[in-house]
Amino acid sequence: MTTCVKEARQASAALCPPAPAIWLPWAVAGVLLAAVVVAAFALGKFPMAPADLLRAVLARSTGAASGLSPAQETVVWNIRLPRIAAGLLVGAGLAAAGAAYQGMFRNPLVSPDILGVSAGAGLGAVLGIYLGLPLAVVQALAFIGGLLAVGTVVGVAGLVRRHDPVLVLVLAGIAVGALLGAGISLIKILADPTTQLPSITFWLLGGLNAVTTADLAVTAPVMLAGLVPMALLRWRMNLLSLADEEAQALGISVVRLRLLLVAAATLTTAAAVSLTGIIGWIGLVVPHVARLLVGPNFARLLPASLLLGGGFLVATDTLARTAASIELPLGILTALVGAPFFLFLLARPGRGE
Amino acid sequence: MSAVPQANSATLPVLEACALAIGHGQRRVGTDLSFAMAPGEVLCLLGPNGSGKTTLFRTLLGLLAPLAGEVLVLGEPVAAWPRSAFARHVGYVPQAHAGIFPYTVEDVVLMGRAARIGRFAAPAQQDRDHALHCLNTLGIAHLRQRIYTAISGGERQLVLIARALAQEPVLLVMDEPTASLDFGNQIRVLEHIAQLRQQGMAVLLSTHQPDHALRVADRIALLGGGRLMAIGTPASTATPERLAALYGVSKRAVATSLGTAIATSHPPETTP
Repeated sequence: MTTCVKEARQASAALCPPAPAIWLPWAVAGVLLAAVVVAAFALGKFPMAPADLLRAVLARSTGAASGLSPAQETVVWNIRLPRIAAGLLVGAGLAAAGAAYQGMFRNPLVSPDILGVSAGAGLGAVLGIYLGLPLAVVQALAFIGGLLAVGTVVGVAGLVRRHDPVLVLVLAGIAVGALLGAGISLIKILADPTTQLPSITFWLLGGLNAVTTADLAVTAPVMLAGLVPMALLRWRMNLLSLADEEAQALGISVVRLRLLLVAAATLTTAAAVSLTGIIGWIGLVVPHVARLLVGPNFARLLPASLLLGGGFLVATDTLARTAASIELPLGILTALVGAPFFLFLLARPGRGE
Repeated sequence: MSAVPQANSATLPVLEACALAIGHGQRRVGTDLSFAMAPGEVLCLLGPNGSGKTTLFRTLLGLLAPLAGEVLVLGEPVAAWPRSAFARHVGYVPQAHAGIFPYTVEDVVLMGRAARIGRFAAPAQQDRDHALHCLNTLGIAHLRQRIYTAISGGERQLVLIARALAQEPVLLVMDEPTASLDFGNQIRVLEHIAQLRQQGMAVLLSTHQPDHALRVADRIALLGGGRLMAIGTPASTATPERLAALYGVSKRAVATSLGTAIATSHPPETTP
């Protein structure tokens, strides 16, 4: 009997090596991401040969002359670099926020839009454009709008204690988002149809084309401030996907942890929206693909979402500016990928069972 | 660090309810509940639907504030325990649920280590070893890499017990651990409870089946009408008279169904 148990234990230990080699998928993801970034630098209205790119990078790092024309230098450093950096940052940030929201609200169908963050940031920015305020103020308004929206949603959900708190939070987010959307529509009606309306519409569709290095320098630290708590708490985040009382019984201060992570994810989302406008669907689709690849454990899901989100947005943006003779708004392309994927998720039979 | 009670666990009751009143807000579910559990004791709670078993458990676990009285764990009021220190002493096994995200069984069990690792840390190799040990204790190490949402209800219940064991508690609180399990899995869970008791763990469980209580409990408590109707040894407490009063059925019906239950609850030791 005893030897039997011992043998079983040894057998199971042999079956399950202590630390399975899991670096290979990450290496593949890293190489793919690098390929996407190089392609994004090379492709466009002004194509750059990979050799020229290498020369530009070498020259920049050694301080020597690159031998490239000033126009080529401008394309690489002033046009494509901020655009690609913004794509990586915003894609990664939206995907990470989406993964966090999905885990925290125990609902694989939610995304950063669920708390009204995107709509709140959108209303703030549209208001700024309507009032003819400078870009920095528009961004600040977008940021404040996002935080106010989530504050309202969490506040309302906190007042309603009769129902399932997760459901209340999601429904409150939808209601507040609809209200903010109505505000956006009102401003669009009031806006000057020749000067303001086109820029409002374009901003609402989202895009990386207007991003400058200066914008990036302001937004990147804010976004990182949101990503760092998520990265530090990435394993503990898993426990929020349990019932609240179960997580508490496992020693977690659920309310505090959830508030902290909601704030972090919202900060990341609001910063992304204030930089590039509303780019939908990434926060929904990318975490799902990442979950299919690495499983639901947030300690792996977060880095996978960051890599995939950044790569997906840079790839989509490259497609947006090369596929047609005019540049397509990003939001149209992400919706084209995201909406069918959402319907696929709805129609897909549940796992297990 | 935190105010962990420096209790001598050999002498103090692991759990003590003192004149406890339980309920939600204005709605009082139970009053004047007093009992204590010695270390290594298995106490089984019997009571009809709606008698407040779950409310009592939530109060004992510090998830619900008592309306009156207090709960002591190792001599210290539950309200005074920091959450993580409490989780290092008291493990909670909820009823098996389906789960939402397809975590592996190992991931689920490792969540039991949350109170024993740093706030920003992920489980280390020693935590994995401990999780495997807990799975082995329950004989389900082969499920380690399976998807929690895809295994059977009985297997899930065992995984949740393993998760609670990973907390390394001195007291295990189990909410109807045999509910919704098939006959074989019910027997398996009861055998594991007996085995944990032998290893010195105190277990508080609720059940709807008096024969289960008779099989594993050192003492049985009857919860009915918001009061502890009786608490004591199985033979003196789970009598047909008392059970009949508790569940509102005839004494004869209780005797008949308990008779058959007792007859089937002691299978020959030679069964494979």
